Amino acid sequence: MNRKYMTVIGLEVHVELATKTKIFCGCSTQFGSAANTHTCPVCTGMPGSLPVLNKQVVEYAAAVGLATNCTITQYSQFDRKNYFYPDNPQGYQISQLYSPICRNGRVEIETENGKKDVRIHEIHMEEDAGKLIHDEREDTSLVDYNRSGVPLIEIVSEPDMRNAEEVIAYLEKLRLIIRYLGASDCKLQEGSMRADVNLSVCDAGSARFGTRTEMKNLNSFKAITRAIEGERARQIALIESGNKVIQETRRWDDHKEYSYAMRSKEDAQDYRYFPEPDLVPLIISNEWLDEIRAKQPELRDEKRIRYQEEYDLPDYDIDIITGSKHMADLFEATTAICHSPKKVSNWLMGETLRLLKEYEEDPEDIRFSPENLAKLIQLTDQNVINSTIAKEIFEVMYTEDIDPEKYAADHNLTTVSDTDALRTVIERVIADNSQSVTDYRNGKERAIGFLVGQTMKAMQGKADPGTVSRLLRELL
Amino acid sequence: MEIRALTAIQLGEKIKQHELTAVDAVRYYLDRIAALEPVYHALITVEPEMALQHAAKVQQRIDAGVLTGPLAGIPLVLKDNLCVDGMRTTCGSKMLEHFTTAYTAGAVQNLEKAGAVILGKANMDEFAMGSTTETSYYGATKNPYDQERVAGGSSGGSCAAVALGECAFALGSDTGGSIRQPASHCGVVGMKPTYGTVSRYGLVAYASSLDQIGPVTDNVADCAVVLEAITSYDPKDSTSIKRDDTDFASALINDVRGMRIGIPRDYLADGIDNEIKEAILAAAELYRSLGACIEEFDLGLAEYAIPAYYVIASAEASSNLARFDGVKYGYRTGDYGGLHPMYKKTRSEGFGEEVKRRIMLGSFALSSGYYDAYYLKALQTRTMIKKAFDQAFEKYDLILGPTAPTTAPRLGESLMDPIKMYLRDIYTISANLAGLPAMSIPCGMSGDGLPIGLQLIGNCFEEKKMIRAAYTFEQTFGAAKPAPAMTETTMKEVNPA
Repeated sequence: MNRKYMTVIGLEVHVELATKTKIFCGCSTQFGSAANTHTCPVCTGMPGSLPVLNKQVVEYAAAVGLATNCTITQYSQFDRKNYFYPDNPQGYQISQLYSPICRNGRVEIETENGKKDVRIHEIHMEEDAGKLIHDEREDTSLVDYNRSGVPLIEIVSEPDMRNAEEVIAYLEKLRLIIRYLGASDCKLQEGSMRADVNLSVCDAGSARFGTRTEMKNLNSFKAITRAIEGERARQIALIESGNKVIQETRRWDDHKEYSYAMRSKEDAQDYRYFPEPDLVPLIISNEWLDEIRAKQPELRDEKRIRYQEEYDLPDYDIDIITGSKHMADLFEATTAICHSPKKVSNWLMGETLRLLKEYEEDPEDIRFSPENLAKLIQLTDQNVINSTIAKEIFEVMYTEDIDPEKYAADHNLTTVSDTDALRTVIERVIADNSQSVTDYRNGKERAIGFLVGQTMKAMQGKADPGTVSRLLRELL
Repeated sequence: MEIRALTAIQLGEKIKQHELTAVDAVRYYLDRIAALEPVYHALITVEPEMALQHAAKVQQRIDAGVLTGPLAGIPLVLKDNLCVDGMRTTCGSKMLEHFTTAYTAGAVQNLEKAGAVILGKANMDEFAMGSTTETSYYGATKNPYDQERVAGGSSGGSCAAVALGECAFALGSDTGGSIRQPASHCGVVGMKPTYGTVSRYGLVAYASSLDQIGPVTDNVADCAVVLEAITSYDPKDSTSIKRDDTDFASALINDVRGMRIGIPRDYLADGIDNEIKEAILAAAELYRSLGACIEEFDLGLAEYAIPAYYVIASAEASSNLARFDGVKYGYRTGDYGGLHPMYKKTRSEGFGEEVKRRIMLGSFALSSGYYDAYYLKALQTRTMIKKAFDQAFEKYDLILGPTAPTTAPRLGESLMDPIKMYLRDIYTISANLAGLPAMSIPCGMSGDGLPIGLQLIGNCFEEKKMIRAAYTFEQTFGAAKPAPAMTETTMKEVNPA
């Protein structure tokens, strides 16, 4: 008889916060600088240096907690997690074990099977480690402490997910919320969002979960999906062959689509956590919490409802626009200038999505300004340019955010509104295409289309097709 | 001019009155250092050129009227766990033998702003762990009153240097008595301020929640002035406290009438040398005669202070010293295969016995399964000790007692029995656990010519009461204080010309 299995998944998600400076010192968090240029005695663990908490980190962490329905711990503290590794300059990581800043939250996810809640166990703040670079030719390792002390939050879910689809929905939801808050750009590939998957299998319907493993090194949604499927299959194969799943940490190799054991529970380190004596307890007063709450932006679910009431847009458009805070902001700002929500939406739904796909970019990467998009819409409305030219200009705007009006003028793209000049061209087109003229006169309506096209070609596109059609009919 | 006969404050006045220059003062102390160091070994590093250059610059600013404070041009030494940009900081350890720091500690910056001139760095127990300065990798410091005896510790170098007149004053650090106990053994004044009063930024941590920097001086007035200079709120130290009552020199008042002083009965019970007990009771009597109200009381919990302290301090130390791993700076073993052997060999070879003992003790106390039984219990004990002091300070302005149960032990005696050494911290440790200010002042000599220290413990932020009582005692008792003549004899021995 075939056994039916249930997969039980919980996630530990690390998110790098978008603060300008590190969590415990004034060094820049800028990514991609020369090695060890954003360092100081604090983030390189020099003797005698002391940490000072960055207030913005607390505000971001609390904001994420509020947006995920957590209880904010108003008296919390930091703890030291002790371990030796060269990327860890002090010999301990400052984290939160005993009283994390947020607890008991939940986010609602939606999959094909409907809506469900994923509970959040806790969110805590901690510092990132440096980066080791192994030089295989020289057989040495080098360490770059630029990333040491970059603020992180770790969002720990309850084991509430049952398949990869739910995991991805949960991650997308978290990413959306955090991006809305501006707390992080949450890019998996660049490591500003990292997810470790805790997974176990048990008989379907069982109240007792199986032994779990923790999977690390998952750099994309695709890798996460493959790793979940791979690990589920591996555990089921173990169980069916009469073996036991061992509680261990495994590393996913996405190229080989295979994971290998890093360390078992038995060799798990004793981190000797204890309260960080160099930092005072973190007290979030009611006033401070109110301030943070007041600063919370409108989140997606609220925005969606407001759009339905405020703008006459299809639900499909609303879903896509509000799927990115940046796109929603752009939509609102552009609409505020040109007052044509549907036209703005059309540009976003059509050309923008097409180009994002073509350039393999993310809505957060959109560079053109609301002013320029509004201007482009107005130029088209006023027939200064026609829709084909508008699309051409938009492509340039997409990459360089140029002013469409100036660009059209500089490149001589504005529609010729001088009907006399247009009439001269049309007369020549009529003279050169006698067959089509005959066809039209014989009632072949389609021939007019060909003649309009010829005229547009002769005009190098700089004419309004409607005007051309009207003039053609007149002259014929 | 015999600069040694002057207090730091008097020296500062003479410099401002152009009777001598900062450079003269630095030269004078450098000469004494050269003569005395081969015997006493109070210092690890001396920077004559740096000091002379700095003194010349300071003198210009004094002449220009820019520097007008009491410490302008005054030479000092720093305990070698305080960082100074461009200067070696060894912490008395092989681990940091060739380590130069790239920034200056907050307290030291304050002294530099005041125009004080650093002569060098003082010897100490390795990473401040020890009560005798014998755990220093650089050799023990000898007691200025008896070369066969220790100077105390861990700030033994700072206290001996002041007693020997190698500097006008010094800074030490006090985690469980590390300023007060050597001050008592060397016959100088040493104070541990309220936790959070002096910035710990740039003090190489032993136990973060207990460490506090403080002055070591020849007399109480100098102590008040130095404390005033080093105190400031430092945003770089999260445990630093904003205080607006730091005009400590204003408390130099010769009057203790009406002051309520309590003596914990347990502090005069078992284990204390009779001579010390008598000296303390005599001091109490003197206070009574000056109009203070003296009373014995039961503080309690004294026997719990030492185990609680050694658990907390060792736990914090085991983590604070993890950064000395051979990766980034300091000692790295010569021969190793791979990362973990490198860690093990570096730390086995770079640290001394006492440091390794405390790292192991602390790692054990924090390990999973033991954390609640040791570390959490110790924290609870700490809270109870704090409460006992809170109650005592409802009744008393100050607590009076001995600084140490014995005078300075003989060299080599203490390290044979570490537990016995730990027990000598019994009177000083509680002030650190409770974050209280406390100071040691000389209150007499033993029959064999060794200094005895009187300890005053104040309530949090009440250094002024302590300074006032200490100053009054010194003003009255001072004449009876024997001059540390032995050092002068030794100087002649060392430097007969």
